[in-house]
Amino acid sequence: MNAEDQILDKITSSDYKYGFTTNIETETAPIGLSEDTVKFISAKKEEPQWMLDWRLKAYRHWLTMKEPRWAHVKYPKIDYQDIYYYAAPKRKEGPKSLDEVDPELLDTFNKLGISLDEQKKLAGVAVDAVVDSVSVKTTFKKTLEKHGIIFSSMSDAIKHHPDLVKKYLGTVVPYTDNFFATLNSAVFSDGSFVYIPKGVRCPIELSTYFRINAAKTGQFERTLIVAEDDSYVSYLEGCTAPMRDENQLHAAVVEIVALDNAQVKYSTVQNWYPGDKEGKGGIYNFVTKRGACRGVNSKISWTQVETGSAVTWKYPSCMLIGDNSVGEFYSVAVTNNHQQADTGTKMVHVGKNTKSTIISKGISAGYSNNSYRGLVRVTKRADNARNFSQCDSLLLGDKCGAHTFPYIDTDNKSAIVEHEATTSKISDDQLFYLNQRGIDTEDAIGLIVNGYAKEVIKQLPMEFAVEAQKLLQITLEGSVG
Amino acid sequence: MNNSQQISLKERFEKQFEEHKKNLYKHDTRKVAEYRSQGYDAFRRLGFPTRKLEDWKNTDLKKALETDYKQEFELTHEEVNVEDLFECKVHDFDTEISSLLNGWYVYTDSPLKKLPDGTIMGSLAKAMKEYPDLVDQYYGEAFRLEQNGFTAMNTAFAQDGVFIYVPDNVKVKRPIQLINIINKNENIFIQNRNLVVIGKNAELTMVHCDDSVNHNISFTNSLTEAVIGENAGLDHYKLQNLNNNSSLINSSFFSLEKNSRLKANAITLNGGLIRNNIHVSLNGENGAADVYGVFLLDREQHVDNQVFIDHRMPNCYSNELFKGILDEKSTGVFNGHIMVRKDAQITNAYQNNKNLLLTDEAKMNAKPFLEIYADDVKCSHGATVGQLDKEAMFYLKSRGIDADKARTLLMYAFAAEVIEKISIEPLKVRIDDMVKRRLRGELSVCDRCVLHCSEPEKEIEFDIDLSKI
Amino acid sequence: MLLNIKNLHVEIDGKEIISGLNLGINKGEIHAIMGPNGTGKSTLAYAIAGREGYEVTKGEIIYKGENILNWEPDKRANEGIFLGFQYPVEIPGVSMTNFMRTAINAQREYREQGSISGKDFLARMEEKKKLVEIHTKLTSRSVNEGFSGGEKKKNEIFQMAMLEPTMAVLDETDSGLDIDALKIVANGVNLIKNEENAFLIITHYQRLLDYIVPDFVHVLYDGKIVKSGGKKLAEQLEEQGYEWIKEEFERVS
Repeated sequence: MNAEDQILDKITSSDYKYGFTTNIETETAPIGLSEDTVKFISAKKEEPQWMLDWRLKAYRHWLTMKEPRWAHVKYPKIDYQDIYYYAAPKRKEGPKSLDEVDPELLDTFNKLGISLDEQKKLAGVAVDAVVDSVSVKTTFKKTLEKHGIIFSSMSDAIKHHPDLVKKYLGTVVPYTDNFFATLNSAVFSDGSFVYIPKGVRCPIELSTYFRINAAKTGQFERTLIVAEDDSYVSYLEGCTAPMRDENQLHAAVVEIVALDNAQVKYSTVQNWYPGDKEGKGGIYNFVTKRGACRGVNSKISWTQVETGSAVTWKYPSCMLIGDNSVGEFYSVAVTNNHQQADTGTKMVHVGKNTKSTIISKGISAGYSNNSYRGLVRVTKRADNARNFSQCDSLLLGDKCGAHTFPYIDTDNKSAIVEHEATTSKISDDQLFYLNQRGIDTEDAIGLIVNGYAKEVIKQLPMEFAVEAQKLLQITLEGSVG
Repeated sequence: MNNSQQISLKERFEKQFEEHKKNLYKHDTRKVAEYRSQGYDAFRRLGFPTRKLEDWKNTDLKKALETDYKQEFELTHEEVNVEDLFECKVHDFDTEISSLLNGWYVYTDSPLKKLPDGTIMGSLAKAMKEYPDLVDQYYGEAFRLEQNGFTAMNTAFAQDGVFIYVPDNVKVKRPIQLINIINKNENIFIQNRNLVVIGKNAELTMVHCDDSVNHNISFTNSLTEAVIGENAGLDHYKLQNLNNNSSLINSSFFSLEKNSRLKANAITLNGGLIRNNIHVSLNGENGAADVYGVFLLDREQHVDNQVFIDHRMPNCYSNELFKGILDEKSTGVFNGHIMVRKDAQITNAYQNNKNLLLTDEAKMNAKPFLEIYADDVKCSHGATVGQLDKEAMFYLKSRGIDADKARTLLMYAFAAEVIEKISIEPLKVRIDDMVKRRLRGELSVCDRCVLHCSEPEKEIEFDIDLSKI
Repeated sequence: MLLNIKNLHVEIDGKEIISGLNLGINKGEIHAIMGPNGTGKSTLAYAIAGREGYEVTKGEIIYKGENILNWEPDKRANEGIFLGFQYPVEIPGVSMTNFMRTAINAQREYREQGSISGKDFLARMEEKKKLVEIHTKLTSRSVNEGFSGGEKKKNEIFQMAMLEPTMAVLDETDSGLDIDALKIVANGVNLIKNEENAFLIITHYQRLLDYIVPDFVHVLYDGKIVKSGGKKLAEQLEEQGYEWIKEEFERVS
């Protein structure tokens, strides 16, 4: 019996108990998904029993579910038994210098204006600790500690703050929620945990980039943000550099809880590998993001700039439960070549005087398909609920598609729900005008697209916004003329 | 979900199909017979739609299909005098009337009427005998057999309906009025099939009324195919005023050739459960379609408007406007879907759905979809759900108008946007009046047709320039 | 010669609009093109700027000694050709500042100069704004969006001042302007004019030429220049209209 089998044997035998540890040699769980895989992951992360139980419940439920097919996307059938669900963050043999890195990737870095040191880091070139970055991290850590803010990996949080995790995990996105979220609940690898105590206004933007112990979180990321009464936090997800990632399937879950008067702002710039020009490869990004405005006057604001992934299936949502709570969704989704995006939001109005705003800008080029799908639901009790949605689509070229699928369910007479949408192409007049001022067509499209997306981009924190603008332009390169 | 009843209704229909095969195929031309067989196979496969289907998510047929319905496979009514049943008293509304009684053409056995301009109208069953070539040329050309179980079912089971043929270059002067009357005392299941053909450069105005004259339970599954030829025009008005025990599935397929025009207007004043499937296919360049609708609901009424506009060719235009007022426990659905296909460059497509909810029990679901595969397009859509403008209410009250009247007035103003699009003046005046009365609660279940109001009209009590609000 | 147009024929959608036009412009000159509506004035402007859909079927446009017909519009712009649009298009979300900075940097890159510093750029904006009496903050406004008719035209002259073209073509810049705005526009042109550049002013009316004195006036009719003269010709046209030109032209042909 080899080591792996021994471990599995041990795990599957009944004497598995809290605190089980072992000297595991293997870094990777066996291929495929089974209860053993789930137990393996949990054991590997030294999780308490309740966490394992929760994962197993999710796994068993997942077995009863079917993969959703209603989104306006097409992709080959995923074989869930042909995926490695756990790969320890072992140090991969990276390129030794920038010379070994894909020149196309470096070109993109240069366009984004990323420093050489950072380029090395992003491309996975082994670098010694960058002094600057270390000092930043230290100051950063001290600031957070001073305010009592917890910002750690999910694994650490399960170890060090089990009560908090137990109290909130799965309360916004239950393990039964949907196929991909349930899968995530069973096998999530890691993610971030944020806790903002009562009355604290987090003085800095929290970004995964600065996260302490930020191990490679892998394809099943799980994030939980809890904002206590009267607190505020702005959280930035992702990195604007186009990380080459060999994982094809990403099924992340983000949960946000906002209590009385709390405000959470969550910004994403997603630029995963979209596949090549012929549509080969690329990430399938099936994400469940949901925030619950539990407290009165609470507010959750989602801002996303989506330029990457081959297939995107993502609907950051707000449950507006507390009276006077506010939900916002600002989105720019750009698709080029053979990318497909089906993205939007859900705003569920439960409390009185709740408000939601949806601004979505879709830009399609090449052979891509870009769909907005959104639900605005006003339940019976939600007196004076207000929603305003604007969903615009811009088409570049005649081989792409732009679709709008809004769903409006209203059950309360005092609600006002408004939806507006337009679809158009970049006008020749605008292009010629810019050309006439000496601006070439590619830059002209970049300018027009950024102008078009401005309402959303201005919601992003400053440094993110600048990079997002560049990304939009890079994504659309070669899409016209 | 327990759908044993539905299954059994389906099974019963299957059984009846076998039993009445002879009758069903009796009048058929070869093409119609072929379609009937295909329709039957499709119905067996599809069955009745359930809420599991995306398009039927918000319309629950379970209750409506629990009844033990009966279809008449043979004409049973005596030759009746339609005027005894029905009299249209819209002043100055001069129409050519053709009526269906419980799904059968009233004068099924009489030859088709030929108007002086060459227009042919009459029973479809009869037309299959008298004009088999014409029927075969157009039957099945506009519709999609497998759109849902009902379209398949209608194709399998419908035996009669109205046939209208307008030859090339003929502009029919008098509107043709098609009246569906239900007066059966049993739980009748009616399936009628209408075929309207408008030749090149021809024009036709049609007023299509669905009325019940009693309070009995009924289910109607009606399908109309309209083929609009090159450079031709059709004005199509649909008036629905059925009792609260009735269910109506009404599928209209409009096929538009080059340079043709369609103006469709669906006005729902009453009905238990109504589902309008409006399918517009722009098959030639420069086609133009205006599709309007208004629905006024109360009690537990349910109206589901599904509008699919298919832009297949370049340079076409479509404009949708649907408005709904929902009172008490009524529920409404609007599902507009604009499809702009790859070749349909220079498309202009607009879609708008506005709804007023008057109570917390009323419920509205709106899905204004756009699906676009061409880039040189101008498309927009909007949907709103809300209530009466508080400022406007206050303004009216400050002018001494009481709250009830102010409400009625504003609701009327809301609906008027669609009513104003009716181009036949006497009809517009009449419907306008109907809407006013409907909003005042005077017209809940009309025991007669929308247009048949023997009572002299009461003066509308308010007469304020609405444009000033 | 700075710009030399020889036997130019231009078609739109297969229909010939300019048919055999000849025009030569030297540095330091101001030319005015007048003519009734629909005779091809704007077509000429677009053909010089290289707009798609304006197909040159015959003839040449020689600019600085080179035939520019194969040049993309942005290349023409970077070589110093500026078109002041009759109807400037609105570009939502693109701020005037961002737009102008992109344009200036495109020009500088083309000329192999480094990009302009933020400080220098802003100073230049302020300076040129004064020239056409623009008082609003352009940073917060999108290109032409929400501009009044007069503001749009002033904005065209402002951009011309920023880009310092060698050959400026102004297409009916005077239309829709009140007298004050007209003076501002004219004043802007007079300040920008020097011995190294040239202007082609397309106008329907003579009144702009009261403020910008042209060296030559040409009458465009039926896709050709049918009469050329000095400032006097413009005055004559103002007094007598275009009828006599049409008659003269029809008599000749």
